[in-house]
Amino acid sequence: MANEGLDKAVSGDYALGFEIDIETETVPPGLDESTIKFISKKKDEPEWMLELRLKALKKWETMTEPHWGHLDYEPIDYQSISYFSAPKEGIDSLDEVDPKILEAYNKLGISLEEQKQLAGVKVAVDAVVDSVSVKTTYSDELKKHGVIFCSISDAIRDYPELIKKYMFSVVPMADNYFAALNSAVFTDGTFVYIPKGTRCPMELSTYFRINALNTGQFERTLIVADEGSYVSYNEGCSAPTRDDHQLHAAVVELVILKDAEIKYSTIQNWYPGDETGKGGIYNFVTKRAICQGENAKVSWTQVETGSAITWKYPSCILKGDNSVGEFYSVAVTTLAQQADTGTKMIHLGKNTSSTIISKGISAMKGQNTYRGLVKIGANATGSRNYSECDSLLIGSNCGAHTFPYLESKDTQGQIEHEATTSKISDEQLFYLRQRGINEEDAVSMIVHGFCKQVFSQLPMEYAVEAKALLELTLEGSVG
Amino acid sequence: MSTVMKIENLQAKIGDKDILKGLNLELEPGKVHAIMGPNGAGKSTLSKALVGHYDVEVTGGDITYKGKSIRDMEAEERALEGIFLSFQHPVEIPGVNNAYFLRTALNAKRKHEGKEELNAAEFLRLMRDHLEMLGMKSDMISRSLNEGFSGGEKKRNEILQMLILEPEVIILDEIDSGLDIDALRAVSEGINKMKDGKRSFLVITHYSRILDYIEPDYIHVLKEGKIIKTAGPELVGELEEHGYDSIEEEK
Repeated sequence: MANEGLDKAVSGDYALGFEIDIETETVPPGLDESTIKFISKKKDEPEWMLELRLKALKKWETMTEPHWGHLDYEPIDYQSISYFSAPKEGIDSLDEVDPKILEAYNKLGISLEEQKQLAGVKVAVDAVVDSVSVKTTYSDELKKHGVIFCSISDAIRDYPELIKKYMFSVVPMADNYFAALNSAVFTDGTFVYIPKGTRCPMELSTYFRINALNTGQFERTLIVADEGSYVSYNEGCSAPTRDDHQLHAAVVELVILKDAEIKYSTIQNWYPGDETGKGGIYNFVTKRAICQGENAKVSWTQVETGSAITWKYPSCILKGDNSVGEFYSVAVTTLAQQADTGTKMIHLGKNTSSTIISKGISAMKGQNTYRGLVKIGANATGSRNYSECDSLLIGSNCGAHTFPYLESKDTQGQIEHEATTSKISDEQLFYLRQRGINEEDAVSMIVHGFCKQVFSQLPMEYAVEAKALLELTLEGSVG
Repeated sequence: MSTVMKIENLQAKIGDKDILKGLNLELEPGKVHAIMGPNGAGKSTLSKALVGHYDVEVTGGDITYKGKSIRDMEAEERALEGIFLSFQHPVEIPGVNNAYFLRTALNAKRKHEGKEELNAAEFLRLMRDHLEMLGMKSDMISRSLNEGFSGGEKKRNEILQMLILEPEVIILDEIDSGLDIDALRAVSEGINKMKDGKRSFLVITHYSRILDYIEPDYIHVLKEGKIIKTAGPELVGELEEHGYDSIEEEK
């Protein structure tokens, strides 16, 4: 079968590439102490936070950009990026969101007006545009349950004890180059605290939108699930279609105490650039969870369809005995996209278990790499891991690569690893076409089948969104 | 004699190899045509050529279906027009739910015919009777398409698709290979149920066994890329006894 046909079927247009026409306040490009001071002042932060930021900047300045990923890109000029951009605030009240932003979020399918959401499917949203959180819904209702759901900037001012205790506790400020950068310049993001024994009464979510030209987005998210609590949190994102690359370097820290559980889902749809590699987001993200107590559980589910470059490894430190870590991932690279993604499962507690299901889909000139570490420590007796990494190739100009690292200090540790690479076979396509299903639908059917195990982990409404997004990414039909 | 499909002087190759060398065949509505022939005669190539398989390059001649040439028609269009191939080796498609696949295929056809699409409940009702007749467990429709199916289950699933899609020309490529006696009976029952005096069948087979269950109207002997003899069902016995070598090309 001719490759051109397939290419046409998988060069989906980016539907969310519009720009929100709003006035912004943007600092000139460049990064030094004064930038950090400016950000901290803008956020009305306490002195201790500024000191931490400056410390992170010092560390970052001594570090070098990592290039061990299976990624090919020009070095990033960190002095050409603007580190703070915010929509100008409404005149009347701080709570008032620019109607253009509300409209833009509606266009993205997210309602920031609580009364407009249907009962029964309540989802609380923290809406972040460039460097600031513009609106957080249902905060008051959640507060009645003791749940804190606010922007990280508010949390630094309002809950300093929790922030001091947990921020940098999972991802130390100088953990890696991009984490150090983020620790210095992070602008907004979400803070969640679920108190003991509480099941969060609704889905929580954050939607990140890069809008301003030439700026980077550096959000920081911290979720703490206290003993016996449960929360399901979802994040989404998008950005305008631009010719230049934009940097997104986020940090996410999850702390799960005894008997608690966090389910964290991501639908990543940053602008991917074009088929020649022009434009697109550089997505360098550090995500890590620690299961502090016994029977703690964390589950990462990610659907990565966007970004020119993706570099992220949502990880689980399984410290508590019997704790459980899961990683479910679908990563799609089409056009000229490159992804180097996977996870780290660090087993420290006894009888800990982890599951890794990774599905990589490559089309056109996309390059997709799975990189994962499973480490079983000397005290982690009775621990086990199951890993399954499958790659699907569409066409013949793309690539799939798998780098699994296994380390077991416990001789009883049980690690199972399965990996497959398959091409959407002409035979499969033909079979479906012989039954009257056209080629585009046939490709999409095979791809959905391939991703099923991961999609089934998403909350229902997000699974529907993920399927639609995958279709859009791979099918060339603009929604 | 009316004709639903007419194959005229068909020449086709796979890769560099000429396989069909001027094949002529006419399918009559409501009739069962059996194609028999030795290994390598071109039986599977013929079935592939009729459905527009990517392996086969048609280099000469023509195939007309209901009076129109389908030589350059896309595979899915031929399917929507009513040509169905039961594959010799149905491919496995992991993660694709069997019922979902079948409903998508049926609805593509219904849409093509200007009919309303069926919803999941209507579809399940339609499927239930067929499953029972084919002796298929109901969990087979909720499993992934052909994944982990036994040989017999795969063939039953092909017949299930045929029953649901109600095609007009049905090509059965080695439908009996690898079937035990129960599966063979179930599959044959499915096929016989589809005989309505209008549909045509092209049964491609090595062995005469299946022909005890699906009574053919014509036997065509395919050898070296051509149909060399056409006769009634009595030819089966002769072939059994003397083999293909005994058949001389009819001039």
